[in-house]
Amino acid sequence: MVTETEVAGEATSTSGTGTGTGTVSKTGAARGWARRVGRRPGLLLAVLYLVLVLGWTVAPGLFAGQDPLFTDPASGLVPPGAEHWFGTDNLGRDIYARVVHGTRVSLVAGLLAVGLALAVGVLLGTLAGYLGGWLDQLLMRVVEVLVVIPGLLLSLAVVSILGFGTTNVAIAVGIAGIPNFARVVRAEVLRIRGSAYVRAAVAGGSRTPAILRRHVLPNASPPVLVLAALDVGGAVLSISALSFLGYGAAPPAPELGAMVSAGRDYLTTAWWVTTFPGLAIALVVLATSRVARALERTGVPS
Amino acid sequence: MIRYVLVRLGNGLFVLWAALTVSFLVLHLVPGDPVSVMLRGNGGEASSVDPAAADALRAELGLDRPVHEQYLDFVWRAARLDFGTSFTTGDEVRAVLGRSLGPTLELAAAALLLTLVLGVAAAVAGTLLPKAPLRSAVLSATVVGNAVPSFWTGIVLLQVFSFGLGWFPAYGAGDLGQLVLPAFALALPGIGTLAQVLSRSLRTALADPYVRTARAKGASRLRATTAHALRNAAIPAMTLFGLMVGGIVAGAVITETVFSRPGLGTLTANAIGGHDFPVIRALVFLAGALYVLVNLAVDLVYPKVDPRIVLRAA
Repeated sequence: MVTETEVAGEATSTSGTGTGTGTVSKTGAARGWARRVGRRPGLLLAVLYLVLVLGWTVAPGLFAGQDPLFTDPASGLVPPGAEHWFGTDNLGRDIYARVVHGTRVSLVAGLLAVGLALAVGVLLGTLAGYLGGWLDQLLMRVVEVLVVIPGLLLSLAVVSILGFGTTNVAIAVGIAGIPNFARVVRAEVLRIRGSAYVRAAVAGGSRTPAILRRHVLPNASPPVLVLAALDVGGAVLSISALSFLGYGAAPPAPELGAMVSAGRDYLTTAWWVTTFPGLAIALVVLATSRVARALERTGVPS
Repeated sequence: MIRYVLVRLGNGLFVLWAALTVSFLVLHLVPGDPVSVMLRGNGGEASSVDPAAADALRAELGLDRPVHEQYLDFVWRAARLDFGTSFTTGDEVRAVLGRSLGPTLELAAAALLLTLVLGVAAAVAGTLLPKAPLRSAVLSATVVGNAVPSFWTGIVLLQVFSFGLGWFPAYGAGDLGQLVLPAFALALPGIGTLAQVLSRSLRTALADPYVRTARAKGASRLRATTAHALRNAAIPAMTLFGLMVGGIVAGAVITETVFSRPGLGTLTANAIGGHDFPVIRALVFLAGALYVLVNLAVDLVYPKVDPRIVLRAA
């Protein structure tokens, strides 16, 4: 039974329950999560799809027997069927194999982008929030400048400097994501810095690095990790958009965005060339954001 | 009020100056100077660049002068909206931007209108429809709209409505029919986001006592929602809408490529492909200025929607 409240979740509610969850045992939280997944078919599908995609990522050869780069012009633009599940493109490459490998590239690039944004955002946000003063002013001004430029345009500008390629695209998308993380982390750190246990630790003579490691970061991490999970879908979308525009890997490599772009010449004759890669992007984004929203409501199972 | 606007504009100018400075510095941090990038194009070997030609070009672009002199000159020109000449075409950047601005503004305005109308409609439908499965279907659709890559939406729309049904022309810009599909493709993610945020705050507002009072006095559910709750739920959606404007203009890069429309998006794509830094800097400046102005405008509208809000210059 899908209720309407679960569909409308999203955005950045940061319920600060960092200390309250300590009473729930680890296995209890995990079991509660499993029950929750079982009760919601949409969430269950999302989790299953992500497990499948993880399989594709770890061992693509196991799921796609054919070589994504193998060309066979004689059997070009074959419609979906028993031999080629998703059909073939104009060079006779198997689209299913290319979607499997392409999804893998998208997911890895998306995780890289979010990882970069998270790492730099946590560093900047913690420094700004905990140390305060002129450093806070300066860092937040820099963040403000980055916020003014739309994320996609910022990524494009960074790519034009770094050069093209999947890794550079992921870095560019990651850089565009930094301001958001820096702001949220700073807000969390500010909240925690004023708490009694941090003041107690300061009074007790703990040094700043120890306080950050033992008190501030563990308590700031749940909402920040949820934000990171929510961000993966957006990062995959941005990366595929840049790949679509032609700034990703060079042509033969299977990238979902580039595949959609290449299939544009066959829109009227071969719908499957653009449809399956496009669908693959949408499914990855839907699945990750569905799971992320479930994490947002229940908290990260730790 | 005037003081508030002035302070905000001052802040905005500071941010724009900082953005300009960053984009200037970045150009000087690029490994390999722009001149050799220009001369060898994309992917060529650095050694194939003729040194004499490089020096001549460097002098022509003023890149041989001291950095601080270039910087001051750059800022002074930017203040007068002069961004120099394009590296790739040699045209004046301001003129190029002027030519491209029209079609993109048209597209962005249409997309923003669609976002507003369909986003609010979806939020109201997702809150008011009589059957729970219908409500959840509407809200699920908004989530899907958010997850679908906009370049693929554009392609699917082309396949169905241009090549399949023949309702709309596939390419080009000019008349209204050519605007429908690209505007919808560009608007779809924003419609989803707006509808989700608005429906959430609508649900909160509908639980407030004044809604019960209105209902008790005989207002229908629809009227209680549109006349009473919607206005109170509008503030978060307005903030979001302001933040989305820049994203929609940037999204034009993708939509204009898909639909082969002329405009700022196509210009951006070409500028990135050709490492045309003067054009990229001007676009970044334009996007920043748009952000500052739109968000100031949104802030100025807040008190009109919710009279309890008082603007104060921080």
